[in-house]
Amino acid sequence: MSVGTRVRHRAWQGGIMAAALLALVMTLLLAPSEARAEYGDVVMNNYSDEADMRPVVFPHWFHRIRFRCKVCHGDLGFEFEAGGNEINMLKIIDGEYCGACHNGNIAWGVENCELCHTGKPGTETQVHGSTLKRLVTPASQSQ
Amino acid sequence: MFRFASLVVAVLLLTVPLAQGQGNDPLSFNRLMPSPDTRNAPPAEDGIHDAASEGTHMLQTPREAFQPLPESNAGNYVDWVTALQEEHITPRFDLNDPTRRPTVMDLNIVREVKGSMPDVVFPHKEHTEWLDCSNCHPAIFIPQRGANQMSMAEIMLGEQCGACHGRVAFPVTDCRACHSRPKDGAQAAGGQ
Ligand code: HEC
Ligand code: HEC
Ligand code: HEC
Ligand code: HEC
Ligand code: HEC
Ligand code: HEC
Repeated sequence: MSVGTRVRHRAWQGGIMAAALLALVMTLLLAPSEARAEYGDVVMNNYSDEADMRPVVFPHWFHRIRFRCKVCHGDLGFEFEAGGNEINMLKIIDGEYCGACHNGNIAWGVENCELCHTGKPGTETQVHGSTLKRLVTPASQSQ
Repeated sequence: MFRFASLVVAVLLLTVPLAQGQGNDPLSFNRLMPSPDTRNAPPAEDGIHDAASEGTHMLQTPREAFQPLPESNAGNYVDWVTALQEEHITPRFDLNDPTRRPTVMDLNIVREVKGSMPDVVFPHKEHTEWLDCSNCHPAIFIPQRGANQMSMAEIMLGEQCGACHGRVAFPVTDCRACHSRPKDGAQAAGGQ
């Protein structure tokens, strides 16, 4: 092998390595892509991560088939802000927020931890599909 | 060195397509827009639910629930206004009493728009089907025609109509749903 080809060969290997590492980083970054989460799904993670529970995922689409917005955002006092209601388990077992329905009477009860706490650990508090998150920017190409 | 590189490449060839689907193909048709067949995905594949959680697999798949509902072309890809009008769904207005119905107010507010875009018609009717007056008045809008400053830029940032549209109600991409009155003053053809 001539010196020239060896240098070229090295450069080529380096190129593959760089591409491979880049691809690996991209896989890690993009694998938990949110591109497909349902529009209006709210992730609540003010306290869950710290308490070693999975974050909570609240599906708007599922609930609006059963209730008008007014029931939750008027009568039950949910503010229009992801994470803004500072919901915790004590409030829920006292019949506030989710606990107004998830009481074994209107909907299955609070003992079904797994059904609410379904989020991927580490997912930030957010409403999925919001306009801001959808704008095509270099940081959110996967959206 | 070279063997290590080929190993990494081999592993990546296996994992990348699984993890990202078309996303990594430099010649994919849509580079930035997610493919239409990823819409209304099952919770275990939607990227925010943990597939390792048992609960995730007990949840309903949006695609199944939406099957009988009229379609739209953005958001949940469901036309919620028509779904309600045609009684495909009968969401409760009262927590406990399934027979209570909302008092609907039929009042359109026209907001004239500078430039080429058709004027905006805000229909109280479709909103009071779902919402209480106090959801908007007075926190989001002063209840007086023309009293509120509005602009498209602020709506996209989540203010005014953007408090709901672009979060839960149909997204701002559906321009003509709001910009529904042609400039010549003729009544809107659709949208309300
Ligand atoms: C109806 C839905 C629902 C159910 C069922 C539920 N949770 Fe929660 N839980 C929530 C919400 C909402 C939060 C607030 C999430 C946040 O912001 O991090 C929360 C927060 C928590 C927290 C952290 C805050 C706190 O109050 O300490 C813990 C721990 C927790 N849940 C444990 C449980 C356990 C254990 C169960 C089952 C016995 C359970 N949850 C069932 C909705 C639920
Ligand atoms: C079953 C109860 C329920 C119903 C019905 C409901 N919501 Fe919500 N909504 C919530 C909860 C819970 C949150 C999150 C609050 C939190 O994280 O503290 C929320 C948050 C929101 C937010 C804030 C999202 C953000 O960007 O921060 C908006 C906007 C909203 N809802 C609009 C609506 C609209 C419009 C409807 C009717 C089509 C509706 N909701 C129906 C419970 C409900
Ligand atoms: C106004 C009443 C109401 C409130 C408030 C409410 N839910 Fe629900 N929820 C329901 C009903 C009804 C069901 C359907 C129960 C059934 O299948 O038996 C349900 C089902 C669910 C489901 C399962 C969806 C599926 O795929 O089957 C989840 C998850 C859930 N709720 C989470 C929450 C969380 C988290 C909160 C609070 C942030 C909350 N809910 C507040 C009424 C409510
Ligand atoms: C989704 C939000 C929303 C809801 C819900 C809503 N409004 Fe409005 N309302 C508006 C907007 C937007 C305007 C126009 C304000 C402007 O032009 O600056 C308006 C204007 C008004 C006006 C002024 C009309 C005029 O001619 O000056 C009245 C009165 C009013 N609303 C009453 C109500 C009542 C009563 C309800 C409940 C039955 C209600 N609104 C529910 C958003 C809402
Ligand atoms: C408090 C929440 C909220 C606010 C604020 C709001 N909307 Fe809506 N809007 C809704 C909901 C919920 C629907 C029902 C359809 C849906 O969810 O996609 C709706 C439906 C509509 C429709 C009916 C579309 C059709 O198919 O007939 C129009 C038009 C509309 N909104 C325009 C506006 C405009 C313009 C503004 C601002 C002046 C505004 N909305 C502010 C929640 C809101
Ligand atoms: C949820 C309702 C809604 C949707 C959806 C919507 N607009 Fe608007 N738009 C408005 C309102 C309200 C105004 C302000 C009207 C006024 O000045 O009173 C406005 C104003 C505008 C203006 C005038 C300049 C300005 O900033 O005031 C332009 C241009 C415009 N919109 C373009 C668009 C385009 C393009 C789309 C689709 C990508 C769109 N709009 C979708 C409600 C909407």
